[in-house]
Amino acid sequence: MSRRPLLIVHFEWPAGVEPLVQLGVRLENPFRCEVRVLPEPIQVADCFDSRRAQYDSRRILERLLPLAGDGLVLGVTDMDLYLPVFTFVIGQALLGGRAAVISAYRLRQELYGFAADAERLATRMEKEALHELGHCHGLVHCLDSRCIMYAAATVSDVDLRQARFCPRCQRALSAVIDSEREGEERPTEQES
Amino acid sequence: MTDDFSILIVDDEYSVRDSLFHWFKNDGYRVSAADSARAALEEFQKSEWDVVLLDIKMPEVDGMELQQRLREIAPTTVVIMITAHGTVETAVQALKYGAFDYLTKPVDPDELSRVVMKAVAHRRLQTENQKLKANIDNLVGQDEIVGQSAAMKKVLSLVDSLAATDVSVLIRGESGTGKEVIARAIHSRGSRRYFPLVPVNCGALPETLLEAELFGHERGAFTGARQRHKGNFEQANGGTLFLDEIGSVSAKTQVNLLRVLDTKEFTRIGGSQPLRVDFRLICATNQDLEQMVADKQFREDLYFRINVFRIDLPPLRERPGDIALLARHFMTRLSGQMEKRFTDFEPEALARLKRHPWPGNVRELANAIERAMVVGTGPRLLAEDLPFDGGTGSLRPADDSLSEIERSHIARILERTQWNVSQAAKTLGLDRATLYGKIKKYELRK
Repeated sequence: MSRRPLLIVHFEWPAGVEPLVQLGVRLENPFRCEVRVLPEPIQVADCFDSRRAQYDSRRILERLLPLAGDGLVLGVTDMDLYLPVFTFVIGQALLGGRAAVISAYRLRQELYGFAADAERLATRMEKEALHELGHCHGLVHCLDSRCIMYAAATVSDVDLRQARFCPRCQRALSAVIDSEREGEERPTEQES
Repeated sequence: MTDDFSILIVDDEYSVRDSLFHWFKNDGYRVSAADSARAALEEFQKSEWDVVLLDIKMPEVDGMELQQRLREIAPTTVVIMITAHGTVETAVQALKYGAFDYLTKPVDPDELSRVVMKAVAHRRLQTENQKLKANIDNLVGQDEIVGQSAAMKKVLSLVDSLAATDVSVLIRGESGTGKEVIARAIHSRGSRRYFPLVPVNCGALPETLLEAELFGHERGAFTGARQRHKGNFEQANGGTLFLDEIGSVSAKTQVNLLRVLDTKEFTRIGGSQPLRVDFRLICATNQDLEQMVADKQFREDLYFRINVFRIDLPPLRERPGDIALLARHFMTRLSGQMEKRFTDFEPEALARLKRHPWPGNVRELANAIERAMVVGTGPRLLAEDLPFDGGTGSLRPADDSLSEIERSHIARILERTQWNVSQAAKTLGLDRATLYGKIKKYELRK
């Protein structure tokens, strides 16, 4: 039974590939996917708004989409992201889409005057990735504040939720993954 | 999580519409976007929207103008204005015209979530409120007044006129004519309908008990007053106080009652703190209050206070055309409550109902139909199921006085029930005290 591919790509990400591999390991089981990390950064300079000093996450998603292939693609950056009407976003994905992007910028303790904390950053990034990829699997925001699909607008919201899906969202996620697999395994008319 | 709520985004900038559209999609709302006021109005033609996020600056018709239009066509829709820094004053102006809140571009995601969640909670409360009001309207609508006769049409017209006012009303009518039904109709059609109607039967309680009921009492006010008790005045606050059999109130209670009606203030028994109340007063009586005033049995000042407007309810025998209508109404209502299904009347049953003098008026008719439906098997109500026979129920010669008809009818019912006063009172649609009064008046004996 083949696992759906998930490609992790990065831009403006000075920490190197290792943290991304660690992130990928944490995502494989929840989404029953096979993770690959692209070592080279992708080129998205034209999505940068120098006036705001932020990347336009909407345009980033457009750039990521062709990289998704048969699976999903997750973009990771250390720069701040925005949507035209918002001051910032921590991550973004289109509902039922194939691309997601997350930013570590507002997840770092340093931004709030604290000492750097690599483990905490890794946990927060894992939560953001789970959340946005949850949207890619058609999950909407959940009212359970402990569920990973709870809407988080601030880093304290991110900390509040746990790195797992509540039973209801988990059922919905499993149903989506199962139906995708069934679609893949069903022989086509030509094959039969 | 919120797919039962809908959000319409109105903004001429594609990037804003697109960002917000996907943002709210992820929240689980039903979302649509419109690039102009015209497109927004078209969306409103297609369906209702709970929340509208409305950009102030748009070409042609701007957000302010659209907000005004939405107030007319969708007054319950919650409008949140979105504004650039330069138009904050305009957004504040929009709040004065009924906008729920405003957001300044670029929007802080946390602020957007907070404002939209607040708007959704507001809309949810609004919807629940509407449902509750509809439920209450259904409940209060159960006391419908049935009657096509000219006399009842006049009463209905008075009820509608009086419901819109706050004046004290005195309802006069024989026992069983539906005085409380009329009081409830006035209450339920007026602005106080969402507050209680508190009925008090002044004739059923002795003086001290009636005062305790009306005024309430503090804990320890008298033996047995173990806790504070809110009286009828307090219970009726905001609503209507219905004093039935007002003619039975003692001279002392009349004085106390008048003081409360004049000052709208009272003190609980055993209390020292005067309390303010606001209620509408409706009184009812089957007595000749004018004669009682003349005989000094009822205070004239109280009479004028309660008799700002008077409704005289006709007895059932004076509106024979309504008998069949009422009988069918009770049959339909009771069919819903009983296991048995009744759909129609045997012609002889209807004729017998029309011949009967109905001294207990509508209440007696309702009881007669109920008894017949218990006895009968349906689906047609038969003459033999009725609790009186054709002969005795026939119309009397014209020279028989009403009191003679009433006397013989009561005597007949008493005999049939073997002088079981409770049962006879129920059949006649009277309370026991009234029946005892009539037995005494007509000198009836076993």
